[in-house]
Parts: sequence; C-alpha cells; structure tokens
Amino acid sequence: MADVMENWLKFGGEFPWNEREILRYLGHCGQEIPANVEERIKECCRELEQAVVIKAVWREYPLTVREHVLDMSCLQTSSKNLERNLRDCEKILIFGATLGSRVDGLLRKYGRLQMSKAVILQAASVAMLETFCDWQNELLRKEYQEKGWYMRPRFSPGYGDFPLECQREIAVALELSKRIGVMLTDSLMMIPSKSVTAVMGLSQKPRFCSVQGCEACGKKDCVYRR
Amino acid sequence: MMDIKKAMAERILFCDGGMGSLLQARGLKPGELPGTWNITHPEVLVEIHQAYLEAGADIVTTNTFGVDALKYNEQLGFSVEEVVAAAVRNGREAIRRSKRPGFVALDIGPTGKLLKPLGDLDFEEAVQLFGQVAAIGAREGADVILIETMSDSYEAKAAVLGAKENCDLPVFVTVTFDERGKLLTGGNPASVIAMLEGLGVDALGMNCGLGPLQMKDILKEVLELASIPVIVNPNAGLPRSENGQTVYDIDPEEFAVLMAEIAGMGARIVGGCCGTTPEHIRRMAEHCRDIYPLPVSKKARTVISSFAQAVEIGRDPVVIGERINPTGKIKFKQALREHNLEYILREGVTQQEHGAHVLDVNVGLPEIDEPAMMEEVVKELQSIIELPLQIDTSDLTAMERALRVYNGKPLINSVNGKEESMHGVFPLVKKYGGVVVALVLDEDGIPESAEGRMKVAEKIYRTAAGYGIGAQDILIDALCMTISSDSRGAITTLETVRRVKEEWQGKTILGVSNISFGLPVRENVNAAFFAMALQSGLDAAIINPNSDAMMRVYHSYRALMALDDRCQDYIRIYAGEDAKRKTVAKSPAMDSAPEQKEPEKAISELGMSIERGLKEQAAGAVKELLKTRDAMELIHCEMIPALDRVGKGFEAGIIFLPQLLMSAEAAKAAFEILRESMQAVGSEQEKKGTIVLATVKGDIHDIGKNIVKVLLENYGYEVLDLGKDVPPEKIAEIAVERKVKLVGLSALMTTTVPSMEKTIRLLRKEASWTKIMVGGAVLTKEYADSMGADQYCRDAMASVNYAEEVFGH
Repeated sequence: MADVMENWLKFGGEFPWNEREILRYLGHCGQEIPANVEERIKECCRELEQAVVIKAVWREYPLTVREHVLDMSCLQTSSKNLERNLRDCEKILIFGATLGSRVDGLLRKYGRLQMSKAVILQAASVAMLETFCDWQNELLRKEYQEKGWYMRPRFSPGYGDFPLECQREIAVALELSKRIGVMLTDSLMMIPSKSVTAVMGLSQKPRFCSVQGCEACGKKDCVYRR
Repeated sequence: MMDIKKAMAERILFCDGGMGSLLQARGLKPGELPGTWNITHPEVLVEIHQAYLEAGADIVTTNTFGVDALKYNEQLGFSVEEVVAAAVRNGREAIRRSKRPGFVALDIGPTGKLLKPLGDLDFEEAVQLFGQVAAIGAREGADVILIETMSDSYEAKAAVLGAKENCDLPVFVTVTFDERGKLLTGGNPASVIAMLEGLGVDALGMNCGLGPLQMKDILKEVLELASIPVIVNPNAGLPRSENGQTVYDIDPEEFAVLMAEIAGMGARIVGGCCGTTPEHIRRMAEHCRDIYPLPVSKKARTVISSFAQAVEIGRDPVVIGERINPTGKIKFKQALREHNLEYILREGVTQQEHGAHVLDVNVGLPEIDEPAMMEEVVKELQSIIELPLQIDTSDLTAMERALRVYNGKPLINSVNGKEESMHGVFPLVKKYGGVVVALVLDEDGIPESAEGRMKVAEKIYRTAAGYGIGAQDILIDALCMTISSDSRGAITTLETVRRVKEEWQGKTILGVSNISFGLPVRENVNAAFFAMALQSGLDAAIINPNSDAMMRVYHSYRALMALDDRCQDYIRIYAGEDAKRKTVAKSPAMDSAPEQKEPEKAISELGMSIERGLKEQAAGAVKELLKTRDAMELIHCEMIPALDRVGKGFEAGIIFLPQLLMSAEAAKAAFEILRESMQAVGSEQEKKGTIVLATVKGDIHDIGKNIVKVLLENYGYEVLDLGKDVPPEKIAEIAVERKVKLVGLSALMTTTVPSMEKTIRLLRKEASWTKIMVGGAVLTKEYADSMGADQYCRDAMASVNYAEEVFGH
C-alpha cells in the first residue's frame, strides 16, 4: 500500500481505494450492489482522484501531564480518553491534512444536481482522507521509531471527550490556513470540509495493543461507529 | 515626498522582510494578537521598521496583517481604529528616524475566514472589513495599500474593492501560490492577473508559501502575462519544523543571490516574507543594486477569467454558450418565475459538457426582479462551474450587481455606440474589470454598410479609451441581421468582421444564431454561417454548444486551421461515430422496436427503470406510455408505487442509500417529462403541500437535508430549501409568511445542536401551528424530544413518511 500511495501522489492515476470503507460510510450492510450503482461509485472515485489536492502538515511539541491537565505547550486541555491514549508520552505530534477545496466544489455541484453522486463522493472522500492519513502516519511512525520513539494512534478533537474547542489552538499552532489552506468557521468546522486534525503521542515505551479508530472513541452512540 | 508610482517607474524597489518571527524573538507570545504590539510596544515596531530601512528597504510594511474588526474590537481593549493608526505612525516614525526616503505600505492580509460559498463570510462583509482598515490607514498617512498573502481570488477582489472605495492610494496585491502555481482555491497566474488588472491595481505579484527558488518558474509565467509591475516577496526558502519552531532552508546570502536573479528576470519590487530578516534584505539590496530594471510592457491580450481559469480570446476561437437566456424558451421562463435555479445550473453544466468555454447569462424577464436574480444566478453558477461567465443584460443595476459579485474578469454583454449606453457601461467596466461586447449600432440605428458599422466601432473604441479602457478589452459585435429580411445581412456582417480584424487587429464576437431567424431548419444556415464567420476571423461565437451541427463546424475548423495539434481533439470527439453509424445501418429494425412494445411490458419497464435507478430508460419508457395513457394515471399507477417499493426496500435494509437516490433521480427525470405533457394540455399536478427545509445556523453540512429534499419533491411536495447556516429568524419568517405546516431542520455537529434548539423555540413562538421534524448525524430520538421537536427522522424515508402523516396522505 505504501508504494501505491507514493506512486499515486507523484503520478496520479488510481488511488489505493478502500472500498469497504466507502460502503460503510454509505450505510451499506450487506445489500446487493447493482451494477449501475457500482459503476457510479467507480465514476465518483475517478472524479475525486482528479479533484483532490492532498496536503498535510505536522509539528512536534513537548507534552506534560499534571493533575489531568494535558499540556502540549501550544494547547492545554483535559480529556480522559485522550489522557489514556497519551499515557507514557513525553512528546506530541500535532497533525493536519486536507483534500483541498475542489472536493467541496464537487459536493456543492452534485448536491444541487445529482444527489446520488453527492452521497457517494461524500463517503469516498472521507475514506480517501482516512487512507491518506493512515499512510502519512505510518511514515511518521517509522521515522520516529528509528529515533527510538513510539507513536500512538491519532486522536482528533471531537473524538470522545477531547474538546472540539481545541481546534482553535491547533489551527494556530499548525498555521493551518497558511500551510494547507484549512480555516475554521465560528462553529469550529473546518473548511475545506474534507480536512482532519489530530494529535499523536510519542513515547519511549512501546505499547503493543493499540486500540485506534472508532474503538478508541468514547462516543458509543455514533452512527458511523464500526 | 516622492510618489511611489513615480519611484516604481524609475527603479527596482525593495520591500522589507518578515515581521512575525522578529516580534516573537522580542517576546510576542503564541496566540497573542500581533497587532496589539503597535500600541503596547511601539518602540519595538519602530526599531524593526528602522532596521529594514537601514538595510536598504524602500517600503516598510505596517504590522497590520490580519487586523480587522473580526479579531480586533472594543471588548479586546484594542479597536481596529487604534491599532491601524498606531501601526502607520510607527512606520512613519521609523522613516523619520532613519532619515532615508521610504514609503509606508499599509498591510492588509486575509481575514482568516473563507468567503461564501466556500466558507461563511459574506462578500460584502469582507469588502467592509477591508475598507475600514484602508480608510484609517490612508487617513493616517500610508503611501500605498499592500494586500498580501491572498490565497483566494474572491477575497483578493473584496480587498481591492474595499481599498479603492475608501481611499485614493495606489493598491498593490500579492497572492500565495503553491508549488504547482495554484491558489488554494484553484486559480492560476493567468486568472489572477486578468482579475487584478481588470480591477485596476497598480502592481501585482506573489508572496509567502514558497521560497525564491520555487517562485522563479511561476514568475516567468507572470511576467509573460502581466502588463503592470510585478512584486516578488518569497519566504526564506521552504519551512520545516524543529521542536515546534519553524525554520527555513536557505540563508541570507543564498536568498539574496536568488532575489537578484528574480530582479534580473523583470520583477520590479522585491522583498521577503516569512523567515526573512533585515540581513536578508541588506544582502538582497546589495546584490540587486546594479541590476537594470526591465521595462514593464503592455501585453494587449484579451483575457477573461473565472476563479479557476483564464480564457484568452483571439488565438483559438472561443465558444460562448447561449442557452442561459429566456428568449423564446417557455421552460426557461417558467424556471425563472418559479425561481428554479437547478434548471438554470443544469443548462450551464450541459453546455460545459458539450464544450462551451464561456457561459452567457441572461435572466431578463419583465415580471421578475432582474438585478436580484442576476446576482443570485451568477453566484450560483460560479459556485459549481469553473467556466468564465458573460454577463448579458441591458439593465445597468443588474450589470453592476453581477460584476460586483463575480469572482474573476467577466465578459460583459453589452455596450453600443449610443452615448447613454457608453457612459453607463464604461464606468462599470473600468471599476470592476471585464471585456465588453460592443454592438455596432447607435442613435441612428444599425448602419446598413460595413463602412457605417466600422465608424460606430471606431467611436466606441475612442470613447472607451477616454475611460482608460484599452482596445484589447473590447469585442466588436458586427451584428447579424437575419437573411430572411435582409438578403445582404450575412455579407455585410462578414465584411465588418474581416475589416475590424485586418485594419485594427481588433477582436470580434457574433451572436451567430440570429442569421437564420424566420427560416426553416435554422441549424443548416447557422452552421454554414458559423464556418464563414470563423474564416473571416471571428474570435468568439455565441452559439448553442448542444447543437451537433455547430460543434462539428467548430471542431472541423480547428482541425483544418492547424489549431488542433495532430487533430487530437477532433479524433477524440468523433472517432467513435463511424463505428456507431455502421451498426445502426446494419440493423434498421432496431429503431422501430420500441413501437411494437406491448403496453403492459412498457409499464413494468417504467417501474423497473425507476427501481433500478436508470434515468434514460425511465424517461424513454414514460414518453412511450404517454402515447396511450394519461399522465396522472402514470404517476399514481406506475411511479408512486415504484417509489414506494424502493422506499420500503430502503427501510427494510434491502436497498442502500445510493440506489435509493438513483431511483429518485430516475423518477425525477420521468416526472419532468410528465409535467411538460400536462402543461401542454393546460393542467398541472397539484402539490401535496409546502415544506421548509434548512440546515441550522452555524452548520455548513447540507448533504442530509439535500437527500430529504430530493425525496420529498418526488413525493409531490413543494420544498422551500433555505440552504445551510440559516439563522432561526429567517426560518421563522418564511414559516410565517408561507404559513407552512411542516419545517424540517438538520444539524450534523454537536456544536450546532443548540442552534437547532433555538430555532425550535422561535418557531414555537412565531409559528405555533407548524410541525417540526429534525434529523442529522448527532441527533437521537431522546435528543429530539428534549428539544421539543415533533418528530425525529432517522433517515430520509422517515421524513417522507412523517410528511405523509402531517399532510394526511
């Protein structure tokens, strides 16, 4: 997968799609997928490959924890879920990534003119962003491991009890708007909408059983939970 | 005190370098608003400015990046007024102390918010925010406005308008490109330059984002296109992060050497951005001192642009799609009256798919508010289509509103030789930028001879020049008079086209289709005339790009005239046709096959096509059935049952969302055909009721709401879609005004649920009769109940079922 992604980033062509994830975001649970629906999903994937301008940015900060206050120097917060995720960590990577604003353009266009494509693009773009972040994080994990640091799974504001309000400090710390063109609305949503921010703990102690993704989140009633 | 425009004409000017990192080094804390230091630490600012001046900078940039009323206000203790005034004073003081001649540039950076439709900031609000800063800066004695680090052309336009409407200072604009030479919102050098030159800025260029090395390639392109002085203010190389600190990859000497190359290429104003220091500027000034400034030449290109792309007129014929125009189109008129924007957007997308390069936009209809409609349609079209637009109206108010909100440099249709027209239109072209279509008629009517038309054209060129509008921004429309009333109509027009080209190297445009008015099979004449006009030198044609005959002429002409490299475009488009013809010729029975179909079979085919989401088949089947059956009967006996089957399948988990929507789209296509046939006999399907849908304030996700809308419309409801980020007051107002029985609200984020609650409270107070259904990813039934909603809808079908319950069907 790593090579495929690098190849795609350099030369374009076919993205390493995770079709199961696309279907999951579309609410698929075992139904038959007619040929014309499958065809349309493929068509949307091709269109996304043309439209995205993937960008990512990250920065490293020291981390200290005192009386349940997580101090990442660029931001201070309290979150039980995150604290558990960051146990034994002394440093933190703050991470941001986006698919760019043309994806929102496609969603806007098909949201007006062809909803079936809008929902598929919506699902496929989320899957695409996740795949990209996984790949990028894997590179970082390897890089740090060589230096003797173990990277924890990424954890985003809004996951569990990690306050969404931390988006503000993250946006400032990463210079999100300048570096990758991501801005926050007053209600803390990111524009372009297909963007992600997260933190990843760095520890000198390995942890073998790393719970990540949905399972790491405390929101048990989320509709997208795996 | 020397005028900066004069200085700029004489020599290469040096800008200063970075500010943020220097302030941090002196103790500015992360998160602290840098602008406040103008007031709290004036001596630091004066010192930094002075250091740059002493290093050789001609221009010091005020510490006002990002200072606007969104971030600076009384509650904070520092108003925009105080901060900007102090910042300009600090710049002036530094110049006084350094005893060197220097200019103070009032820095205007982005607001940090994206403009609608990408984000949530209104265009006019942005104009106001920027205008306020410009007015204060000018009053306090700034020499020039420097709008910088713009990564969205629309925001750059708002800033230029804000500056120009509030002061008379020269305006410089620099934008931020990425490594591929693109703005974050998709523009490129050609589109940015077209727009900024159109708006009449005094210098343009780029800053931030890249180092000098990466900027060189982009600069080459910029210098080929720009007719005004070019500014280059790069970062000190590319950034990388070391322990949370940003460091840049080249040192002052490397920076200076590269900047000297940049000045040698033709940049007229050079300086630095992030990571650069007085030392970078000192070395840069030393390396550049002996470079002879290259002259700034007028490129005289005719270019229009959208937010994303530029289209040059005059090299390769340009096709302007004429279909967004109500003239002679019953369905289009109806769409305008019903405010059916989807119809108009679809016309735009279809023309784009058929190869249009520009879309003409005409929404004039006596019974509608044309200025409001024009503004809305322009905003909608540019939010989903990347093609430049041609603003087509004779209403000056509508024209100005469209030009104002347009994100780029548009075509303007039109001006003519009448004094009233020229003095009405040219000031707008001058202010907002644009290439204007000039009709060769005046107070004496349309001259009969080519000579007469040339005279009018000449008068238009001359008057435009008086407004500072160059010949490159005028397209002469030699006017097509139909040959059915004037047999020499085509000959006169073609002669005029040829002469404008030969005698003045002018650019021409024609509304080609008029030539055949009143004749049968107009396409025959139009296509032949189109070929003749192209051969006569026509640069742009307003035609119907959906017409195969016209596009065949266009593609053939390009292939014949060596405009289509190795006929690649021609082959790509037509290669499949020979094969297709052969198969058709071999099986003549195929054409008549549908005629022989049993009615029963066609019935099930309609239902099946809808269930499977096959749009074309559904439309075909319905056309077939209409020959023998009544439209209402088809709706009730065929289509609704099919939709119900799909809906039930979805609820039962047998059919998943994309298929449900594809079915809905197939049904919609069939409904449209039925509707036309019903209107033809004067009847209309009655709507079951009116429902308001909105995504609540603060929430910009509208996908769920849009799904609900598609389904409700298919079930025969009129949906008033208020869009996303809708304030409670607006929802209540419409609910009251239209006395609606049902309101649907959507919210996707936990942060916007309180705004849903607020909307419900207001609706209960103002429109107590209305039922409220809610939905969205974060909601649950319990949540909905606690907010006082009448119904929680877990998915789109649930909202249809609830509507059927409320309206008693």
